[in-house]
Amino acid sequence: MTRTEITLSVNGCQHTLALDPRVTLLDALREVIGLTGAKKGCDRGECGTCTVLVDGRRVYACLTLAVMHDGATVTTVEGLADGTDLHPLQQAFISRDALQCGFCTPGQILSAIGLLAEGRATSEQEIREFMSGNLCRCGAYPNIVAAIRDVAGAQ
Amino acid sequence: MRPTAVGTPVDRADARSKVTGTACYTVDVVLPDLAHAVVVQSTVPTGRIVRIDAAAAERAPGVLGVLSHANTPSLAEVPTFPQGPAGQRRPPLQDDTVNFDGEHLAVVVADTLHHAAQAAALIDVAYDREEAVTTLEAGDELPPSGIFGEAPDSVRGDPEAALARAEVRLDATYTTPTEHHHPLEPGATVAAWDGGRLTLYDSTQWVSGVRDAVAMTLGMATDQVRVVSPFVGGAFGSKAMVWPHVVLAALAARHVGRPVKLVLSRAQMFTSLGYRSPTVQRLSLGARQDGTLTAIVHAVTQQTSVFEEFVAGAGYISRSLYACPNVAVRHRLVRVNAPTPTVMRAPGEAVGSFALESALDELAAQSGVDPVALRLRNFAEDEPQEGLAWSSNALRECYQVGAERFGWERRTTEPRSMREGRHLVGWGMASATYGVHSEAAAARVRICADGRILVTSGTQDLGTGTYTTMVQVAADALGVPVERVTAALGDTDLPPAPHSGGSQTAASVGPAVWSAALDACSKVLALAEQGDSYAEILTRHGIEFVEGRGDARPGASASRFAMRSFGAHFAEVQVDPELGEVRLTRFCGVFGAGRILNPKTARSQMIGGIVGGTGMALTERTVTDRRLGRVVSPNLSGYAVPTHADIPWIDVCFIDEHDPHVNALGVKGIGEVAIVGVAAAIANAVHHATGRRIRDLPITPQTLL
Repeated sequence: MTRTEITLSVNGCQHTLALDPRVTLLDALREVIGLTGAKKGCDRGECGTCTVLVDGRRVYACLTLAVMHDGATVTTVEGLADGTDLHPLQQAFISRDALQCGFCTPGQILSAIGLLAEGRATSEQEIREFMSGNLCRCGAYPNIVAAIRDVAGAQ
Repeated sequence: MRPTAVGTPVDRADARSKVTGTACYTVDVVLPDLAHAVVVQSTVPTGRIVRIDAAAAERAPGVLGVLSHANTPSLAEVPTFPQGPAGQRRPPLQDDTVNFDGEHLAVVVADTLHHAAQAAALIDVAYDREEAVTTLEAGDELPPSGIFGEAPDSVRGDPEAALARAEVRLDATYTTPTEHHHPLEPGATVAAWDGGRLTLYDSTQWVSGVRDAVAMTLGMATDQVRVVSPFVGGAFGSKAMVWPHVVLAALAARHVGRPVKLVLSRAQMFTSLGYRSPTVQRLSLGARQDGTLTAIVHAVTQQTSVFEEFVAGAGYISRSLYACPNVAVRHRLVRVNAPTPTVMRAPGEAVGSFALESALDELAAQSGVDPVALRLRNFAEDEPQEGLAWSSNALRECYQVGAERFGWERRTTEPRSMREGRHLVGWGMASATYGVHSEAAAARVRICADGRILVTSGTQDLGTGTYTTMVQVAADALGVPVERVTAALGDTDLPPAPHSGGSQTAASVGPAVWSAALDACSKVLALAEQGDSYAEILTRHGIEFVEGRGDARPGASASRFAMRSFGAHFAEVQVDPELGEVRLTRFCGVFGAGRILNPKTARSQMIGGIVGGTGMALTERTVTDRRLGRVVSPNLSGYAVPTHADIPWIDVCFIDEHDPHVNALGVKGIGEVAIVGVAAAIANAVHHATGRRIRDLPITPQTLL
């Protein structure tokens, strides 16, 4: 298969990649670049553990091909903290204990950042509705909603 | 103990690594020269493999090797729980028989994940298909040989005679479907050989079980196998036992001479890590007119695979939850061309309580007694099956506190009597109980001259808070702040600990940590006057660190007392009368579970159990095609787990309970009692809202219309 060369800016780092066009953005991040914060829970857009920000929008990295994002800016969970200073949502997730096993947590946090940017965190009901693409099998939902509300309220 | 950390809402010790993405799960492990394995599974429910054509796969780009029954060495069987750690005793790739759709038939190893996946699609298998039993209803019932060492059938008193004499009688059949755990991290193993030594990174609830199982099946000494599992992306029972893909990863790595990562796909998860068996439960209740129980007969039929037996004691809850002189419990199995089932959060009680607690609600309605009052009337002052005294039992307080917090007194008795706009509102409740378990465990505590404390045990943290509670217990035993203590776990090189199941980790490992910390403390204090800090003493003596060891094992109290956690669930649902859609709108769970080491992480765990129970009640069901014997829609759209939108605010409360008998820390365990009774509380609320008694889970819009 012919490889296609693309450039991605991931967490502020430029990566030039020669990829099989069938490679998903998720596999490019995990298998090629080596950033494993975005998880593969289902590989078919049903669980949300792979959620990342592409040019500020939340997307399922498993449902989009890497070559479709030449020149794009990608943010994964590894790119959220500023040195040892956590992103407010990361701190809120700790304070509210909005995680158990933690496998869905990177996707939940990035989805929540997207949600806040969309202006869709104005009520608990709205948060629940627009976070429903991110499953949490441990059932941390009420604490995740509380963490998002804390940050939304502070903004 | 002067508790300053234990009992306080300390932040989860591993939270920072999880919110920053640095927690390295098995699926994230990368080793030099790592190759990737993809499993190929059967597509018929029973028969023989006529041919596995791997030629095209072997020629595909990047392929390093293919394993099938044609070239796999002979593997020893490993006993299944409780005799051994195997989830499935039958080793993989040993012969040409197929026993269920989705059985591992081959493994393809390649230099990249994509090459392995592409080549796996090229494997061509021809079968000689045979007649299959694909559903529980289609097979013959057999008595199981035992249930975790207990007799499958038991009778106390004379239930048949008591039923015949009863003033109020109820006879109903309740059914629950196949349910899957679906932790979001799939089953995954990374295997690396170094000469004759094997290191496995595995997503498991039992590192030493994996070590023992793999050593046994490969004919190795256990000290030649190390298993590492610092982070587990959820489990719920699916990773309690050792499944065939683990040894396949080890075999694949040996075959290609490189470390190999094997990750199951979500579809493969439906047939690779067990599942909760479907149940058909016939429940007969006899009672006096005032609701006092006089007889319970609980007969359960479940399924197992055609090649081995697994059964959870779904009926046992009916022996011990209520005072009733006449109780019969019966378990039967049907052999089905399906994988072997396994434990899933509160195996037995989770499904058994759906039948019993639904039936209690029906009895309440029939006898005109309030559901809470009915349960109080049947409260068991002593454990009714063995006649032992309870080590502690806060069930009455759970009812009382739960009813107050929920506002139960405002409930109107008649079904369809409460409304919110056009929605029907229903309030239901149920009891919860789960046994207290513990096993021998060991821990080490190291006090360093720089003041840092390291506490270690070969246990696991599944998101259950083990890291955090180990830190808290060690900090209190040593009288230091939690910030000074670090925990390490999930490694067979650490002191041995049991599997993380049966809600036993805190009760097993906690006392071992306590004992190890006291041992370390006494070693330091032996060096000097009291009043100095640990660091000062060690520095003065030029000692880098002192290490304490602790062992803990279940005490003699187990034979003198009956030990169980208890709880009460209160649920509010709103039902759309036109669409049949049920929304959980409010929930309160109150638990008497001994000492709560960390109210913050414990509350999260209870919420998680309630969310799991909500899935049981309203959404979760694995559908198998009767003709094909195959899971229909093997994905997270076909199997609907609760989402954010399904779950309201959940009120959790713990009764302050001091149990001096269970163990040195007074810990009973909490992970499983949380889910017991949830589905019944919701089904009872649906009955109160609609007048419809749904005895078949899940309660979908189709069932209500």
